Amino acid sequence: MESLYLLIPLSVVLVFVIGIIFWWSVRGGQFDDLEGPAYRILHDDDAPQKERADGADIQKTRDADGDER
Amino acid sequence: MDNQATYNYKVVRQFALMTVVWGIVGMLLGVLIASQLVWPDLNFGPYFHFGRLRALHTSGVIFAFGGCGLIATSYYVVQRTCNVRLISDKLAAFTFWGYQAVIVACVITYPLGITFNKEYAEMEWPIKILLAIVWVAYAIVFFGTIAKRKVKHIYVANWFYGAFILAVTLLHVVNSAFIPVTMWKSYSAYAGAVDAMVQWWYGHNAVGFFLTAGFLGMMYYFVPKQAGRPIYSYRLSVVHFWALSFTYMWAGPHHLHYTALPDWTQSLGMVFSVILLAPSWGGMINGIMTLSGAWHKLRTDPILKFLITALSFYGMSTFEGPMMAIKTVNALSHYTDWTVGHVHSGALGWVAMITIGSMYYLIPRLFNRDQMHSVKLIEVHFWMATLGTVLYISSMWIAGVTQGLMWRAVNPDGTLTYAFIDAVKATHPYYFVRALGGLCFLGGMVLMLYNVLRTVTEGKAVDARIPAVAAHA
Ligand code: HEM
Ligand code: HEM
Repeated sequence: MESLYLLIPLSVVLVFVIGIIFWWSVRGGQFDDLEGPAYRILHDDDAPQKERADGADIQKTRDADGDER
Repeated sequence: MDNQATYNYKVVRQFALMTVVWGIVGMLLGVLIASQLVWPDLNFGPYFHFGRLRALHTSGVIFAFGGCGLIATSYYVVQRTCNVRLISDKLAAFTFWGYQAVIVACVITYPLGITFNKEYAEMEWPIKILLAIVWVAYAIVFFGTIAKRKVKHIYVANWFYGAFILAVTLLHVVNSAFIPVTMWKSYSAYAGAVDAMVQWWYGHNAVGFFLTAGFLGMMYYFVPKQAGRPIYSYRLSVVHFWALSFTYMWAGPHHLHYTALPDWTQSLGMVFSVILLAPSWGGMINGIMTLSGAWHKLRTDPILKFLITALSFYGMSTFEGPMMAIKTVNALSHYTDWTVGHVHSGALGWVAMITIGSMYYLIPRLFNRDQMHSVKLIEVHFWMATLGTVLYISSMWIAGVTQGLMWRAVNPDGTLTYAFIDAVKATHPYYFVRALGGLCFLGGMVLMLYNVLRTVTEGKAVDARIPAVAAHA
């Protein structure tokens, strides 16, 4: 029974902490765009980088949203 | 080339290779203890006794195999999605060597009978302290990298990994509170029912944040990448994350039904366990539906088979779990092998399969190869793993229900129908089937090791360039 005096307050505190992180991240605009990020990881090309015949690496530039230009 | 133009793949490589190695060690121990239950003569001397090796199996597969897999993938995912190198190569290297030291220390001390006597936390206090330091270093590397990110949005996989890292820190610290007596012996700072409650608060949340949240992080990156399609609903993945975070910790009392724990706490745990079905299935559906419109890929791509089958087992065990949390069902299932079956439908079907699939995606990229040495062998591995899992869990279901029914059977005069040994005898054939299933699963892992070694020797260890992120105007 006494353990509940430790674990329940601890859990309640945690819920508040999670709540604050949630509120903070919503306010910070983390969840403003709920479409783009799903595509962004696909635009990130993590296939092995092959050297071109002329020795230069094939490099692509992206803007911050990850779209290739 | 150790500079800011490349990603730190070295530490990812190290952890990824050790994932495979510890997977084999941990599962070999699993097959060994499963065989000991079939043939008790296999209990050689004190050091290789079931009681000591069982703890080594659970720590070996969860923390060594699963842990290395989680750290490897989290280091990869956090770098690729944040577009920056890990904040510190030195600290990252420390997490690798420190974590391996912790595992080796466990491998040595557990068979010697040095134990803290808490399930999934058997390491004695000096090892606990080392683990705490390594884990904090891991947290610093991970969150430090996020802080330095070049992309504003933090990809959902990182949220899951982040929750896993923070939760494990807290769980480890609270559950480990110890009073040392000698160098290799300490006692829990809690006593009696309080100790049991703290233990299961730890055990339950370790399942929730280690075996579930961590591997969901893996799922949210590697399923879309391997499928070449965006996650079915990004919105749902965010809801999934917050719903799990808010509900998981309230379900823990389902491990302590019909104990000294107050009745209302047990009922609360039961209700929250049933609620937990919703976010869990939301996540499973989200992962599987990522393939909608591209189901044909499942036919030809064994890596996707691993990932999608893992999700199916995740769905299965998160359906089974809430059922077992209902008190009337638990009255039958508790203490039986049904629980062990449930554990391994999560452990083999979900945790191991999602890890294996992710490793097959990751390892060639870390060694500059287009794919693994042999895709055919991945396919064979997939079928061995699936067969092994099915043999394991179906035998344990039958064994568990048989045990539960035999234990509670009473004669009209109120005496027990069966002696305990009758249930043991009835279980024996199913233990054999379980050992066989385990052997099959282990065989698949050996194929994986071969395939990985071939891939590594044919490839070249490289650190990929960080694609340039043009500054926003
Ligand atoms: C080759 C595959 C495996 C075999 C043959 C195997 C076998 C076993 C056996 C015989 C036990 C003891 C059951 C008892 O005490 O009656 C056990 C316990 C356990 N194993 Fe495995 N195992 C395997 C893989 C795994 C994996 C991959 C994981 C986790 C990722 C895992 C997690 C666990 C856990 C958590 C327990 C404790 C269950 C409990 O206390 O209810 N196992 N395993
Ligand atoms: C909604 C999700 C889930 C619920 C509600 C749930 C519920 C339960 C219940 C009721 C038990 C039996 C407790 C007992 O009678 O002793 C249990 C045991 C266990 N479950 Fe789950 N489960 C869920 C998902 C999972 C998943 C995905 C895994 C991943 C591997 C997992 C791993 C375990 C382990 C390791 C144990 C055994 C602990 C022990 O006795 O040593 N569970 N779970």
